[in-house]
Amino acid sequence: MSVQKADVVIVGGGLMGSATAFFLRRRGQSVILLERDQIGQYASGVNFGNVRRQGRFLGQLALANRSWELWKRLPELIDDDLEFIPSGHMRVCYREDEVAELEAYAAAPEAAQLDLKIYRGAELHRRFGFLGPDVKGGSYAPHDGHANPRLAAPAFARAAIRLGAQIEERTEVAEVQKVGADFHVTTTDGRQFQAAQLLITAGAWGQKLSAQFGEPVPLDTHGPQMAVTEPVPYALPTVIGVYTKIPEEVIYFRQIPRGNIVIGGGYRSKPDMLNRRAYVEPRSIINQINQMRRLLPGVGNLNIIRVWSGIEGYLPDSLPVMGPSGTVDGLFYAFGFCGHGFQLGPGVGDVMAELLGTGSTSTPIESFSITRFALPAEQRSQAS
Amino acid sequence: MATARVVIVGAGPAGVRCAETLLAAGIKPILIDENRRDGGQIYRRQPQGFTRDYTTLYGSEAAKARDLHESFDRLRGAIDYRPDTLVWNLTPGQLCCASQGRHSTVDYDALILCTGATDRLMPIEGWQLAGTYSLGGAQIALKNQAVSIGHRVVFMGSGPLLYLVASQYVKAGAEVAAVLDTSPLSLRLKALPKLLARPGLLFTGIKLLAQLYRARVAVHLGIKPLQVMGDAANGVGGVRFTAGNGRTVTVQADAVALGYHLRPETQLGDLAGCTMAFDQASSQWWLATDDAGRTSVKGVYAAGDGSKIRGADAAEHAGRLVALALLEDLQQPVDAGLRDEQQQALAVMDQFRLGLAQAFPWPSEQAKALPDSAIVCRCEMISAGELRRTVNEKGACEVNRAKAFSRVGMGRCQGRYCSQAGAEVIAAEAGVPVQEVGRQRGQAPVKPLSMLTEEVSS
Ligand SMILES: Cc1cc2nc3c(=O)[nH]c(=O)nc-3n(C[C@H](O)[C@H](O)[C@H](O)COP(=O)(O)OP(=O)(O)OC[C@H]3O[C@@H](n4cnc5c(N)ncnc54)[C@H](O)[C@@H]3O)c2cc1C
Ligand SMILES: Cc1cc2nc3c(=O)[nH]c(=O)nc-3n(C[C@H](O)[C@H](O)[C@H](O)COP(=O)(O)OP(=O)(O)OC[C@H]3O[C@@H](n4cnc5c(N)ncnc54)[C@H](O)[C@@H]3O)c2cc1C
Repeated sequence: MSVQKADVVIVGGGLMGSATAFFLRRRGQSVILLERDQIGQYASGVNFGNVRRQGRFLGQLALANRSWELWKRLPELIDDDLEFIPSGHMRVCYREDEVAELEAYAAAPEAAQLDLKIYRGAELHRRFGFLGPDVKGGSYAPHDGHANPRLAAPAFARAAIRLGAQIEERTEVAEVQKVGADFHVTTTDGRQFQAAQLLITAGAWGQKLSAQFGEPVPLDTHGPQMAVTEPVPYALPTVIGVYTKIPEEVIYFRQIPRGNIVIGGGYRSKPDMLNRRAYVEPRSIINQINQMRRLLPGVGNLNIIRVWSGIEGYLPDSLPVMGPSGTVDGLFYAFGFCGHGFQLGPGVGDVMAELLGTGSTSTPIESFSITRFALPAEQRSQAS
Repeated sequence: MATARVVIVGAGPAGVRCAETLLAAGIKPILIDENRRDGGQIYRRQPQGFTRDYTTLYGSEAAKARDLHESFDRLRGAIDYRPDTLVWNLTPGQLCCASQGRHSTVDYDALILCTGATDRLMPIEGWQLAGTYSLGGAQIALKNQAVSIGHRVVFMGSGPLLYLVASQYVKAGAEVAAVLDTSPLSLRLKALPKLLARPGLLFTGIKLLAQLYRARVAVHLGIKPLQVMGDAANGVGGVRFTAGNGRTVTVQADAVALGYHLRPETQLGDLAGCTMAFDQASSQWWLATDDAGRTSVKGVYAAGDGSKIRGADAAEHAGRLVALALLEDLQQPVDAGLRDEQQQALAVMDQFRLGLAQAFPWPSEQAKALPDSAIVCRCEMISAGELRRTVNEKGACEVNRAKAFSRVGMGRCQGRYCSQAGAEVIAAEAGVPVQEVGRQRGQAPVKPLSMLTEEVSS
C-alpha cells in the first residue's frame, strides 16, 4: 500500500485537531488529519458550549484571550456560523467568602482584558432579578458568551478542506513512531502516513499515543452531565455558572435564542472507554434539577427533554498537555483540556500552527508542557 | 433467583397477560404504567366517572376488552401495580421512575418491556398547522374524552387504523370529510393470501370499509398527499392530494388525522443496550428478540407492539409467551402446552402482519417528493430543505449526525414523530437504502421530565 505524506500529520479530529489543520493550511503547510470516528463527534461536539474566559487558571488567560479574538472574527474567519454570541457570562456564588475570591480574581492583572465587574446584594438582584435569593454575589464578564458545539469542529474541518487539507474520517491510528527524520503513522486498517511533524490532538485518548513515545501522563476520564429544556421565550442571554467548592453545587446554564435552556454540572460519570460512550447518571439529572431551582427558581415550570454526556480527559492539575514533546523532535501535543477546551479551541489551533510552523509561539504555554509529568530516566525506559 | 424482582413496563394486553402468567407461577411482578388506568392503547379504560359501555367504546373488540380488564381487576390486588408512573430512564438493574412529580428508582433482576407503539408519521407540506393530529391522537381524544378533533375531519395515511378510527368517528357522529389512503387496491389484492391467515380480522376490516361507504364517506385509494392547507391564524382549512386517476383534488376540512400504521416504542430497550434489527417488511428498526421475547441483553425481555408490531391479539399471546420464557430462564417449570399454543397463534399473526405490511406499505417514496419547504421536525420546525442541506453541504449521511447538525429529532418528541421520516429524507438525498443511514439513538428522558420533580428515597 502506498504511503501518504504531508508536512504535518494530526491525530484526532476534535476541535483542537480541526482548528490546527485550518491554521496550518493558512500558513501554507500541507496537512493530513486522521480521525478515528467522525470529526467532532466526542467532547468537541457534545460539550456545554461555554465560551468563557473568566474563572480559568490565570496563566491560561493569554491563550483564552487569543482564542476570544478568533471567536470574535467568526463567521468570516471560516465562512461558517457557529452560533457564537458574546452575550456575557456571570459567575455567581452562595457565600460571602466566595465573593471575596471572585473579587481577587477580577483584580488580577492577567484578567484585565475581561473587564470583570463584581455584583453583590441588592445591586446583583436588581440586575439579575431572575436569580434565587441564595445568590450572594457574582462576577460579570461582559465579553464572554456561548456557541453551538455540534457545529464547531466540523465547520473548522470543512474550512481546512477548502484550503486544501486532507481529512480522513473513520481512520484510527494504531501506532506512531519516529524513523529517521520522519514520523511513521500506521492505522488499524494498515494504512501508512508520514510527516516530519506529528501533532497529537487525541483528546481523552492522547496519553495512549504520548506513551508510545515514552511520555505517559496521568490522564483520567470523566463524563460531565448535560441536559436541555424545551424552548421558552428567549429572556436569559447571559450564561450563568455557580462558583463553589462543593461538587453538587456546580451548575451552569445558557439559553439559546431558539429558547431551550442548556444545563450542565454536578456529578460526572465514569465513561465506558471500551465502547466509547459516556452515560448520564440519573442522580446527576435529579441533582441538576434541584440546583437549577435554587439558582433560577422560575425554571420549575419547565421540562427536561434530553440529557447527554461526553468523554473528556482530565489531568491532576486541571491543565492541558500542550506544546512540544520533551523527548522527540518534531512531535507536539494538545490534549486533555480538562472540561474547558471548547473556548480555547480556535486559539489552540492558531498557537499550535504557529508553533509547528515557526518553532515558537508568542503566547505563553510553558505551564502546559508535558515535561511536568516526566518520569525519571530509568522509569521512562521501562514505560516505553 | 427464587425471589427475582421482575418488573413489567406497560399494562396493555401484553403486560397484563404477562403479569397474569407470572402470578400463576407464583411470581409477583411490579407492573408500571404511565397511564392512570390499565388497558394500554387499544383497550384504554375511560377515566373514572365516564360511563360509556363496552360496545360503544370498543366496538367489535368489546368482548376482548372486557376480558382483559376483568383479568386485570383479578390480578390487581396480588401484584405491585404502579399506575401514573413513567419510566423515564434506566441503568443496568435499575429503573428511574417519575410519578406525580416524584422521582424514585426501582431495582430489577428481570425487566419485561411491554411498551406498545405509537403512530408512524410521514410529513406533508402544512402538517404543522393547528388541527393536524395523528390517528392515535384522534382516537385517544375520542376514547378518553369523547371529543372529536374537529367539525369536519379528513383521515389520511394508510393501514388498518385509518379505517378503524374513521369509522369510530362516523359512529360517534362526527363528520368525516374523506378517507384518503396512499395504498392502491392492487396491493391489497396481492396481500390477500397472507391476510387470509386471519379471516375473522379481514372480515372486520371489510365491515369497517362497508360502514364508511354506507355513511357515504368518500374513500380514495392510491392517493398521493400534497398539502394540508390553511394558515397559522386559522389552522387547517383542508387537504390537497393527487387522486388515483391523477387529478388534483381538494377537500375542505378543519382537522386532519394522519398516520401510516405504527412504530414500536423501543427507547427503554435501546437505553438498556439491546440490539436492534431492521425489519424489511415494515422498513423500520425494532428490538431484536428471539421468538419468545428475549432481547440481546440478559434479563431484558420484550413483548407486544413495543417489540414487534403485530396487533393487540398477538400482544396477549406474546405477553404470556415472554412470561414463560422468563420462567424457563429462572429454572421454573413451564406448561409446554400453554407455550405451544401461544407460539402457534403467533405464527398465524406473523403471517397476517406481513400481509398488512404488503397491503398498506410505508410510503418511503413520499420523503423524496417532499418539497424543501415542508417541515420534517415539528418540535424544532426544521424543513426538508434544511435537512437535505446537512446531507449535501455537511456530508451528514447518518441519522444522528444529521440530527446534531440540523436538530431534526432534538425536540420534545425525541424523534418519535420525525426520525423515521427524517431517515427517509436523508436516505433519498444520499441515494442509499434507509437502513444504511442508521437510526436515532434513544436518549433519556423517554418522555419530558418536569423540573419540579423531587427525589423520594426508595
Ligand atoms: C459534556 C462536556 C461539556 C463540556 N463543556 C465545555 C464548555 O462549556 N466549555 C469549554 O470550554 N469546554 C467544555 N468541555 C471541554 C471541551 O469539550 C473539550 O476540552 C474539547 O472539546 C477538547 O477537544 P479535543 O479536540 O481535544 O478532544 P475531542 O473532541 O475528544 O477530540 C479528540 C478526537 O481524537 C480522536 N482520536 C482519539 N484517538 C485517536 C486515534 N488513535 N486515531 C485517530 N483519532 C483518534 C477521537 O475520536 C476524537 O474525535 C466540555 C466537555 C464535555 C465532554
Ligand atoms: C390509535 C391506535 C389504534 C389501534 N387500534 C387497534 C385495533 O383496532 N386492533 C388491533 O389489533 N390493534 C390496534 N392497535 C394496536 C394496539 O393498540 C396494539 O396492538 C396493542 O395495544 C398492543 O398492546 P401492547 O400491550 O403491546 O401495548 P399497548 O396497549 O400500547 O400498551 C403499552 C403500555 O405501556 C405503557 N408505557 C409505554 N412506555 C412507558 C414508559 N416509559 N413508562 C411507563 N409506561 C409506559 C403505555 O402507557 C401503555 O399503557 C391500535 C394502536 C393505536 C396506536
